[in-house]
Amino acid sequence: MQADPAVETTRLRKNYGDVEALRGVDLRVETGSIFGLLGPNGAGKTTAVRILTTLLLPDEGSARVTGFDVVRDAAKVREQIGLAGQYAAVDENLTGFENLEMVGRLYHLGRGRSRARALELLSSFDLSDAADRLVRTYSGGMRRRLDLAAALVARPPVLFLDEPTTGLDIRSRIELWDAIEALVSEGTTVLLTTQYLDEADRLADRVAVIDQGLVIAEGTPEELKTHVGGERLEIRLCDGQRGEEAVAALASIASDRPFLEDGWVRVPVAERRGTIADAVRRLDDAGIAIDDISVSTPTLDDVFLKLTGHAAEPETEEAEVQPR
Amino acid sequence: MKGLRYGISDTLVLAKRSLLRIPRQPDLLVGFTIQPVLFILLFVYVFGGAIKTPGFDYVDFLLPGIIVQSIVFGGFVTALGLSDDVKKGLIDRFRSLPMTRSALLTGRTLGDVVTNIFQLVVMFTVGLIIGFNFSSSVGEVVAGILLLLLIGYAFSWVFAFIGLSSSSPEASNAYGFTILFPVTFVSSAFVPVSTMPSWLQPIAEHNPFTTMVDAARALFLGIPAGNSVWLASVYTIAIIAVFAPLSAWRYRRVVTR
Repeated sequence: MQADPAVETTRLRKNYGDVEALRGVDLRVETGSIFGLLGPNGAGKTTAVRILTTLLLPDEGSARVTGFDVVRDAAKVREQIGLAGQYAAVDENLTGFENLEMVGRLYHLGRGRSRARALELLSSFDLSDAADRLVRTYSGGMRRRLDLAAALVARPPVLFLDEPTTGLDIRSRIELWDAIEALVSEGTTVLLTTQYLDEADRLADRVAVIDQGLVIAEGTPEELKTHVGGERLEIRLCDGQRGEEAVAALASIASDRPFLEDGWVRVPVAERRGTIADAVRRLDDAGIAIDDISVSTPTLDDVFLKLTGHAAEPETEEAEVQPR
Repeated sequence: MKGLRYGISDTLVLAKRSLLRIPRQPDLLVGFTIQPVLFILLFVYVFGGAIKTPGFDYVDFLLPGIIVQSIVFGGFVTALGLSDDVKKGLIDRFRSLPMTRSALLTGRTLGDVVTNIFQLVVMFTVGLIIGFNFSSSVGEVVAGILLLLLIGYAFSWVFAFIGLSSSSPEASNAYGFTILFPVTFVSSAFVPVSTMPSWLQPIAEHNPFTTMVDAARALFLGIPAGNSVWLASVYTIAIIAVFAPLSAWRYRRVVTR
């Protein structure tokens, strides 16, 4: 039996005036998976999430969440989703407990269940000690955890995380990643947007790369890496002048033409196993001394560069979105 | 039926949220209590001697006017709160929840009714201490208080619209005061209209705010109301009828950031 996808969009378009935020986006997120929507600022990620969470109407195309149309069945969709995002939408003038209790009441869980669920979530997000403190005294990482907890109050089957770790320090990011992974092990479907390539690589089962309102590549992180050219042998020679000779000596073990770059000999290879030994032997036979040799696995950064011709956004946004 | 029950419970949950904020932000509390009290004292003791109000002590003349003004401005908490929700992205969370859509607005405006009651208690207490007297029947006083609360509720919707339409809490504050300050001053609230220059008198006389002040004065001081009470009620209901749907429309369309 083929299960319905948790999220499905068909030729989704959205313009803001003259700006085409989405130019026909097709996405399919399988139930129980983590799907990463990866792209730089302004690529259209947030617009897609806003449409999927019923905050914004699409201009054209359609979108369904757990089978419900986000326009026609918006009320049903809202019962199925949780939303957390980079702006940590929690009320600063309430305590952590009050925030979660309020969200529970607004999901119509009733007073008793709302309170019980709030306590449970505060405990699992390590916020029990801060439960009765006003959120304005929380650190950025604590707010983000509370925000994620708020999205989980009603145990929604589908969770949307809009840049969940933007602006967080590395320790808070890892804590949040662990929390997200734990969720999926319980069966929640997660669609997350990110401009951090390592985040998509670490969390996502499938990734769609989005740029200027279009999905320009989709697949597992592994597939995307392979698309860029798989693994590569990187060799630095003791004598930089002998690069061309090395390229000639290594051509037969390469899956594609070796090339010289920044003083390194780069050799695309199909098979990781045994390549280093092979390469060392051949260079040794040719009498070329090796200074350094390693096998590099491409990162999603490489994917992005290759697909768009420009690098993924640098992480200069951080200061701007740092929660106050 | 279920929809109505959820609508009421969502409104109450969000009204509670709106009220919890006030004691936690002392500057808001100052805006509700100390500021109007200060205005009463300044007007009565600083300007009062210079303003002639034939037939009335100035404190009796002033208090209904200044209370209507304070009640009108009481809704600024809704404007501040809503523009803050928009700015901080909280509105996204609310709009993505399966709650009654309008509950954020009805909750806030209901919360304002509670703060308005509190404000009325403070202002009447101060008024009575410095010599104000009710000179009407209990029924009229009760009707007057209900009218004041209705006026306050109506202007909460005006402020809701301002809050949802402005880019920041600071901007909503500036809009609110710039628009409403002249309206409340060019009226019978602080001085008799007959003392104004002749070109200004018709404006002040036809100002709906003057009608509201006259209605409050009639109900608290036992003077003939003319048609001011029912006209004030009509104005107030008209304001709700215009600004509640307008705010609901802004709320659905508002885009954060």
